[in-house]
Amino acid sequence: MKLNYRVVLLIFATIFGLVFSLPSLTQSQSGAKVTLGLDLQGGLHMLLGVKTDEALTSQLKSIASGIKHFTEHNDILIDGLSASNNTVTFELLDEDDAVVMDEYLKKVEGTVIHSAKGQYSLAMTPTAIEKLKVQAVDQAIETIRNRLDQFGLAEPTVAKQGVDKILVELPGIKTAQEEQRARELISRAAKLEMMAIDEDRAMRANEMTEMEAAGFEDKLLDDALEPKVKHLVHEIAILDGTMLTNAQVGYDQNNRPVINFSLNSEGAQIFGDFTGKNVGKRLAIVLDGKVYSAPVINERIGGGSGQISGNYTTEEANDLSIALRSGALLAPIYMMEKRSVGPSLGADSIKASLMALVSGFGLVILFMMFYYKLAGVIANFAVVINLFIILALMSLMGATLTLPGMAGIVLHIGLAVDANIIINERIREGLRAGLPARRAITEGYSKAMRAILDSNVTQILACTILYVYGTGAVKGFAVTLSMGLLASMLTAIVGSYGIYQLFMDRIEKSKNYSLWFGMTRKVA
Amino acid sequence: MELFKEDKIYNFLGKGKIFFVASFVLFFLAIGLIAIKGFSFGIDFTGGTVVQVKYTNVAPIVKIREALAKNELFKHASVTEFGSPQEIIIKTAASTDGLNKDIGDTTKELLKGTGDFEIRRVDMVGPKVGDELRTKGLTAFLLTLVAIMATVTFRYEWRFALAAIIAIVHDIVITFGFVSYFEVDFNIESVAALLMILGYSIHDTIIVYDRIREHIEESKNTDFVMIVNEAVSRTQSRTTLTSLTVFFVVLTLFVFGGDIMLGFSFPMLIGVIVGTYSSIFVAAQLVVWTGFSVDSYRQMLAEKVKNRIEKEKMRAQFEQGIV
Repeated sequence: MKLNYRVVLLIFATIFGLVFSLPSLTQSQSGAKVTLGLDLQGGLHMLLGVKTDEALTSQLKSIASGIKHFTEHNDILIDGLSASNNTVTFELLDEDDAVVMDEYLKKVEGTVIHSAKGQYSLAMTPTAIEKLKVQAVDQAIETIRNRLDQFGLAEPTVAKQGVDKILVELPGIKTAQEEQRARELISRAAKLEMMAIDEDRAMRANEMTEMEAAGFEDKLLDDALEPKVKHLVHEIAILDGTMLTNAQVGYDQNNRPVINFSLNSEGAQIFGDFTGKNVGKRLAIVLDGKVYSAPVINERIGGGSGQISGNYTTEEANDLSIALRSGALLAPIYMMEKRSVGPSLGADSIKASLMALVSGFGLVILFMMFYYKLAGVIANFAVVINLFIILALMSLMGATLTLPGMAGIVLHIGLAVDANIIINERIREGLRAGLPARRAITEGYSKAMRAILDSNVTQILACTILYVYGTGAVKGFAVTLSMGLLASMLTAIVGSYGIYQLFMDRIEKSKNYSLWFGMTRKVA
Repeated sequence: MELFKEDKIYNFLGKGKIFFVASFVLFFLAIGLIAIKGFSFGIDFTGGTVVQVKYTNVAPIVKIREALAKNELFKHASVTEFGSPQEIIIKTAASTDGLNKDIGDTTKELLKGTGDFEIRRVDMVGPKVGDELRTKGLTAFLLTLVAIMATVTFRYEWRFALAAIIAIVHDIVITFGFVSYFEVDFNIESVAALLMILGYSIHDTIIVYDRIREHIEESKNTDFVMIVNEAVSRTQSRTTLTSLTVFFVVLTLFVFGGDIMLGFSFPMLIGVIVGTYSSIFVAAQLVVWTGFSVDSYRQMLAEKVKNRIEKEKMRAQFEQGIV
C-alpha cells in the first residue's frame, strides 16, 4: 500500500472536518460554532418597519420649537407659529426684526425659506427629507441596539434589512413575560418633553375639543396616572429629550421608584430661562404624549435636572430609564413580521429532525453496504466525512442552522451518495465489459467525473443566484446546499478514488468483485 | 447485489407516445387544479397569524373556538388539531402592527379559562412582507432557469437545454398540482422544496445527457433514437438507486418531521418520484423531438477540435516568432 496525494487530501479534509465541527457538536465555549436558528433554540424574531413620515413631522416641530425659543430669547414678536403639511409657518409682527430673524433661519439646515411681508414659511428640501428618513432608520437601529444591550439579553441581533426595515432577533427570550417586556422596551418612543401649561385656559381643559385647543395653538394631553384628567399645554414644547444627558432610577421621599434625569448645558440654559420667566405657572413633564406631572414653578430652576414620578415598579422604572438614556426614537416603529418560538417547541423540532437525520442516514448506509459491499463501505465513509465537512464549513462561516437547513442536510445525505453510485455503476460496467480492475476503476472515475462536474457546476450556479436574490430561509438553504455539493465532490471524486488506489493491488490480486463491488453475476 | 440487467437496451423511446400522453394529461390536470383550486398559501405569502398552543390535557377545540370568536381579529380563524390531541393550531388572516400588545398577547387573554395551556409558537406576517417575498422568489426562480439554460447550452447544445427546462417545469408543475390537490400548506419551506426539486431534476437530467453525449462522441452510431435508448438504459440503474436513497431520506423526513415540515417533505416526496420519471421518460425524449441531429452535432464537435488545433498551431508559430 502506497500513500497517494488523494488519500493525503482526504486525510486533511477529514481532520479539517473533525476539528472544526467539534465546537459545534460539543457546544463548547471557544471556537467558531454553528448557531441554531430561532426556530430550533426558541426565541423572538421580529421584522420592524419605521414610520419615517412621523420623523419628518417631529423634525418640523423641533424646528418650530427652536424658532419659538429664539424669538422669546431675543424679544422678537411673532404670531401663528405652526408646523403642518411639511412646512413651518409664522408671522413676524415687527418687520424691523427681519434681519435678525433671517440670520437665524439661514442656520436651520435643509430648509427652503419663503418670506413676504412678514409671513414666513419654511419647507424642508427633498434631499433633506430623504436624508432624514435614512437617519430615522439608522437612529432607530442604534437606539434599539443600545436599549437591548442594556437590557441584558444574550446575543441580541439588530440589523438593517433592505432600505427601511429592521431585523431584531432575540434568542435569549424564554418566557412570554420576557418577550412582552422586550417588545415594550424596543417600541417605547421615550420622547421626553417639557411643555408649558396654558394657564389662561387650563380651567376649561376637560371640556375642550382638540379642534378648539388647536385654535389656541394648544394641545390636549392625557394625564398618565388619572385617565380622565386632561391637560392643556402650549403646542410647541420648551425642550425635548434630545438635550437629556442621563436618566437613573431613584427613590422619592415615600420610597417609590422615580426617574431622575439631567439635561445638557443648552437644555439647562433653556430650562433656566423658562422657569425664571414663568414663576407661579405650571410646567408639564410629558413622556410619550402623556403628562406625568405638572408642578408649579416656585423659582428659577438652574442646574438642569428633573424627576419623573409615576407609580412605577422598580422594573418599569428601570426599563424606562434605559429607554430615556439610549435616546428617543425619531420615528415610531411598527411590527411587520414576528416569529416567536418557545424553547420547548424548538427542542421538539431538534429531536424530530435529528430522528429523521439518523434514520435516513441509517437506511442509506445499510442500503449502500448491502448493494455494493466494500465499495458501499467506502462510499459510506465518504458520506460521513462529507457531513463533518459541511458542519465544519458552516461553523467557520458562523452560519445559522434552521429547520429548513436541517431538512436540507438530511436530504443532502440521499444526494451525496449519488456521486458514489454513479462511480460504482461505471466501475461495474467496466468490469462487466471485461476490463481489468485497475482500468475499470480509472475509467469509471474519469467518465463519472465529467457528469458529476457538469451537474454540480450547474447546481452551484443556481444556488448562487438563489443566494443573491433569495430571502431568509431560501438563502440559508442555498448555502447548505452548495456547501454540500462542494464537500461531496471532494469526498467522492478525490477521496474515495484515493482509497481505491490504496487498495488497488489487493483488488487486482483478489479478483473478488462480489466482495469489492457487490457484483452477483459472473463477469464475462 | 445487482438489480438491473446491464446489457439490455430498453426501448424507452418506442413507448414515447404513451409517456407523452401521460405527462401531457398530468401536466394540464395539475395546471387546471392550480388554476381552479389554487394553493392554501401559508401566512408567509398572504400575511396573517399562526398560533400554536399546547394544552396539558386534550385541547377543548369547541371551547377555544367560542373564546376566540369574541374578538374581531379571529373572525374567520380556523382551529385545528396539530400532531396530537393536546396541541392545536389557530390560523387567522389578521395581523397586528403594534409592538406593545400584539395578536399573540390577545390570543393568550382570550384563551384564559379554556384550560391549562402554553403558547409554543406565534408567527405573524404583516401584509406587505408577503408581496415582497412573492416577487423576489419569482425573480430568483426565473433567473435560475435562465442560468441553467445558459450552462447546459454551453456544455451541450441549446436543444438539450430547452428539453431540460421543459422537464424541470414539468416536474415542478405536476408536484405542485399534488400539493394543491391535497391542500398542503404552501409556505416558505415549500419554496425550498421547489428549489430542491429543481436541483434534483436538472441533476438527474444531466447525468442522462452526459451519457448521450458520450455515446455520440465515442460511437459511430448515427441513429439518435438508439443512442438515447442506450444512454437511458445504461443510466437507469444509477437513476433508480439514487432515487431510492433520496426517497428513503425524504420518507423519514415525512414520517418523523411532523406537521411542521409537511410543507417541505410532502412536495419533496412527490417531486422525487416525478423527477425520476421525467429523467427516464421525458427529458431525453424531448431532445429527440426538438429535431436534434447527431451528424451536425458531430460536425460541430469536429469544428471545435479543428479550431483548437488551429489555435495551438498559431500559438506555436507565434512562440517561435514566425508570425
